[in-house]
Amino acid sequence: MDEILAMLEKDARLTPEEIAKAIRKPVLEVRKKIKDYEKRGIILKYKTVLNREVLEENPNGVRALIEVKVAPEKDRGFDHLAERIYSFSEVTSCYLLSGTYDLLLVVEGKDIHTISHFVASKLSPLENVRGTVTHFLLKKYKEDGDILRQVQKSNRPAISY
Amino acid sequence: MKKTIPGPSKIIAGIPPSGIRAFFDLVLGMKDVISLGVGEPDFVTPWAIRESAIYSLEHGYTSYTSNWGIKELRKAISRFLNQRHGMEYDCEKEVLITVGVSEATDLVLRAILNPGDEIMIPDPCFVSYGPLTVLAGGKPVFIPTSLETGFKMSPALIRKSLTSRTKAILINYPSNPTGASYSKSELLKIAAIARERNLLVISDEIYDELTYDGEHTAFPSLPGMKERTVYLNGFSKAYAMTGWRIGYACGPSDIIAAMMKIHQYSMMCVSITSQFAALEALRGGLKEAQEMKKEYLRRRNFIVEELNRLGLACHNPEGAFYVFPSVKKTGMSGVEFATKLLKREKVAVVPGIAFSPRAADHLRFSYATAFGDIREALRRIEHFLSSKD
Repeated sequence: MDEILAMLEKDARLTPEEIAKAIRKPVLEVRKKIKDYEKRGIILKYKTVLNREVLEENPNGVRALIEVKVAPEKDRGFDHLAERIYSFSEVTSCYLLSGTYDLLLVVEGKDIHTISHFVASKLSPLENVRGTVTHFLLKKYKEDGDILRQVQKSNRPAISY
Repeated sequence: MKKTIPGPSKIIAGIPPSGIRAFFDLVLGMKDVISLGVGEPDFVTPWAIRESAIYSLEHGYTSYTSNWGIKELRKAISRFLNQRHGMEYDCEKEVLITVGVSEATDLVLRAILNPGDEIMIPDPCFVSYGPLTVLAGGKPVFIPTSLETGFKMSPALIRKSLTSRTKAILINYPSNPTGASYSKSELLKIAAIARERNLLVISDEIYDELTYDGEHTAFPSLPGMKERTVYLNGFSKAYAMTGWRIGYACGPSDIIAAMMKIHQYSMMCVSITSQFAALEALRGGLKEAQEMKKEYLRRRNFIVEELNRLGLACHNPEGAFYVFPSVKKTGMSGVEFATKLLKREKVAVVPGIAFSPRAADHLRFSYATAFGDIREALRRIEHFLSSKD
């Protein structure tokens, strides 16, 4: 991966000037490249990663992982049905998997009832959805490489040889 | 007659105390300091290594080991050095596991020095070389290096300082505190002196995996150098294992045997837990280290550019995680600068005088600290430099 992307993926607040200094490239070139990545949709957006395990309040309420078994459609495979499913705003992630089921959804709702309602009235009735299994998420330990707990202070001495 | 209780020896009295102990105490007593004063990596030992140490404890590996260190580990080191640097060391008699490179340095100096023998040491250098030489009965001969020459020992200066008592050249690259390293062609010139004058070479290469510009050349891999080099390395920097205190020495079997004699009486052996951890480190490879290296390189580039922009002249260090700028232009000494910076802006750095009286105008900045902290520290330094007393 390009160094600019590697740096921004770790810290989206880095300025083009700082990146330029760190990789010893002209600022103009770095700026141009970032613009280009944005245009091509390689950089999708810049957002803040919240640690909800510490925040202790979750505006999104409850999360569930839902396994979905579907019947693929002639000529269109899974993509069309996947689109009908992931277009619901409750669905925050949607993956096609190999194995005993086909789609894995991450669904957010304000409480258990909202999610049950989504499954019963929106997801299950869809034609070609053969079955669902809903797992409510109890606790997150690690997400996208970040360990979600109170930040621990380093115990390195502040000064050493 | 009044009896006084016996005190420390004359030899110890001859070693001056560290001049910046007070400064260190000041730093350690302060809260919320951004520290660029740290001499160790800023990530914890990879989990696979820690896990393996826990496993060894669970299975009751809590005994002494062979004085040399467990054989599996010596074998693994020998194999690793062969694959990485093309060097051949017999794990039976040419590899000794030590309590870090620190112990290994002490051992090699005590093993080779006759009273009054001289060791060539780059200046500035790591804090222990001078005192350990004196403790071993030898005489440190410091070879001055400077910002202008990128803190590399010049072969001409080494030649000028040779005497009939010169026993060895001690070289450390990449260097703590300057970050300086040597290319193969530069090393060959030092090797030529060692060969011509029949000298030993002590090569401390603990930072070898953190080399940014060009490839690191291990000193014993140079033609004819293996038989006259004691190679020191360890796990602290590449695997973030500073607290485990484990390293090794490889060299000619007679010198390693002599080092082993001291080691068996003073240390017995390295902690068995650390030895199992080190074994896992070698099995797992350098993946983490190489990831960290990419990150260190970006920080180095950033900090070098920023310090030069702020008028604190520094060279572009080839390795380790230190830069060694001069504060001469500010009119302050390194200690004065560091003390004021700490008190006013809460940024900690190490005054160069810790590493040499010749480096009183310098500071050692460590970039083994998160990019964001380095950026903030540099902002504060800019503020510090622009504000009046």
